[in-house]
Amino acid sequence: MSILEITDLHVSVTTDDGPKELLHGVDLTVRGGETHAIMGPNGSGKSTLAYAIAGHPRYEVIAGSVTLDGADVLEMSVDERARAGLFLAMQYPVEVPGVSMANFLRSAATAVRGEAPKLRTWVKEVKTAMSDLDIDPAFADRSVNEGFSGGEKKRHEVLQLSLLKPKIAILDETDSGLDVDALRVVSDGVNRYRAAGDVGVLLITHYTRILKHITPDVVHVFAGGRIVASGGADLANELEEHGYEKYAATGSGAEVAS
Amino acid sequence: MTEVAGLAPELAGAKEGQGQVPVASAGERFTSYDVEAFEVPGGREENWRFTPLKRLRGLHDGTAALDGAAAIEVGGAGGTADARSADAPRGVTVETVGRDDTRLGDGGVPADRVAAAAWSAFREATVVTLDGTPEPVTISVTGPGAGADAAVHLQLRTTAHTEATVVIEYRGSGTVADNVEVVLGDGSRLTVVITEEWAEDAVHVGAQHFSLGRDATVKATSVLLGGDLVRISPTVSYRGPGGDAELLGLGYADAGQHLEQRLFVDHAVPHCRSNVLHKNALQGAAGRPDAHTVWIGDVLIRAAAENTETFEFNRNLVLTEHARADSVPNLEIETGEIAGAGHASATGRFDDEQLFYLCSRGIPEDVARRLVVRGFFGEILNAITLPELRERLEAAIESELAISGV
Repeated sequence: MSILEITDLHVSVTTDDGPKELLHGVDLTVRGGETHAIMGPNGSGKSTLAYAIAGHPRYEVIAGSVTLDGADVLEMSVDERARAGLFLAMQYPVEVPGVSMANFLRSAATAVRGEAPKLRTWVKEVKTAMSDLDIDPAFADRSVNEGFSGGEKKRHEVLQLSLLKPKIAILDETDSGLDVDALRVVSDGVNRYRAAGDVGVLLITHYTRILKHITPDVVHVFAGGRIVASGGADLANELEEHGYEKYAATGSGAEVAS
Repeated sequence: MTEVAGLAPELAGAKEGQGQVPVASAGERFTSYDVEAFEVPGGREENWRFTPLKRLRGLHDGTAALDGAAAIEVGGAGGTADARSADAPRGVTVETVGRDDTRLGDGGVPADRVAAAAWSAFREATVVTLDGTPEPVTISVTGPGAGADAAVHLQLRTTAHTEATVVIEYRGSGTVADNVEVVLGDGSRLTVVITEEWAEDAVHVGAQHFSLGRDATVKATSVLLGGDLVRISPTVSYRGPGGDAELLGLGYADAGQHLEQRLFVDHAVPHCRSNVLHKNALQGAAGRPDAHTVWIGDVLIRAAAENTETFEFNRNLVLTEHARADSVPNLEIETGEIAGAGHASATGRFDDEQLFYLCSRGIPEDVARRLVVRGFFGEILNAITLPELRERLEAAIESELAISGV
């Protein structure tokens, strides 16, 4: 079983006014088979955590560690992290003009699996995965994310999740911008993947509605660049009722302390 | 990065109407076979302002003697056997002719000093006539060698209703100025692929003169890869209605390389069509001169050219720092009766976000860049119907990517 361990993680971002620390010591352990939800107000650093784990060049880790099954993730390049079994479904998937979705998916699968998938089985695999997510097969010939609606982009993120089969999947606001039907399709996709193996899921969200479809084992409240409270699924309900106000003070306190 | 000038015709630099004041229309550009009819360009003229004259090795000012010899071979697409021999492919006639051959000039007249210099200097021209439905023909032009310079003159002719494919390959070292005339008979269809696969030192300044008979179709693909400086000026003119010109092209400029494509499509007769798509990728390097591409697209629809349909598009993909792409589309319309006309230019960076996205799916950085470049050029390369040639060019582009290790 896989284990992602984040210890005392401090991350800064480069801005015009110099580096700015956004994460002030995050501790989190996600094991295969577990689903963790990270909830928090906008600007609390949730997405920074996701991008830092994935290795986005804009974010610099200034202290702490991230390991996957004991291996130092922070030492790895972005593509090495993905090949090691990390996956980030992005809030704003990037458009790559000129590269077809089909070509992209096959290149990614080849890289992650270490060999090119056999063409016959691959075509079938992609077809099935696309139909599971109600994606029109015509999308395979379109440029990666180019001109896709918000919902179409999110479906394709989950499509990649199901094809690349990571050990740990981070879903960054995958629910944002989805209508009710799309939310159900996307959640079903994630649940199918959860059921198929021992994946660890880190679900980053602003709203509780996706948690009605994807039940978390643990809910963390994120504020001021760190986790300020953790609990079971019922913590999400409490947040829905009372909002983040109660935690806002804790968060800003942490910022002052740093 | 992208520069859009006003009306930017080719006349400046000629004795008539020269100077700092641009002429009003591309239609007024000066042409002559005589090199001395053109003023020596100083670098500020509209049609020379993007070209580093110092690197032209005297092609523009008369100091290049043009006394070297470039080798020209004509053969089938598969081999290099000279088609001048008796077993030339059926429907292909290859002649070496003197300056007095009356067919020379059927394609067009030089419009800049270097083209006129090449015209004034060549001793023999190669005329390739295509008739019927011949097998694909390959013409290879090999530079005169490092330190030498040469003038070349080529003419392709199709008889009426011929359907043919011709590949012109430029390679080797040295400096070459040339005129290539492509004269299409009525109703003929010619596919021509022109590849600039020069050695690193080469300088090539070329003029291409496409002249289309009634209902003739030309589909030309230019591939600019090698050389230190390559500047190609294609001109398209129509002798009768129904002509159709599709001009595709790609350029891959790496550190220090200057690749310039200057197009002029002259719609002077009704019911003709032109479609232009030229794509450049640029890959510079720190501590080296910029990778530089220039694309000028002048399209003129004269008053008589009713029902013209034209579109031109230049796209530039900037892969790295230390690169400069200049793009100047010009569309002049002198009649209200057109079927459609448009022009567009877009220059974009291969950005860190795209790279991050592809890599975050496990794709290594070099593969990611290749994916993007391959996707970018795919539209052009896929139009090349000769599989061996297409594969060779694809491989050449891949190795360009590998060289700088971006």
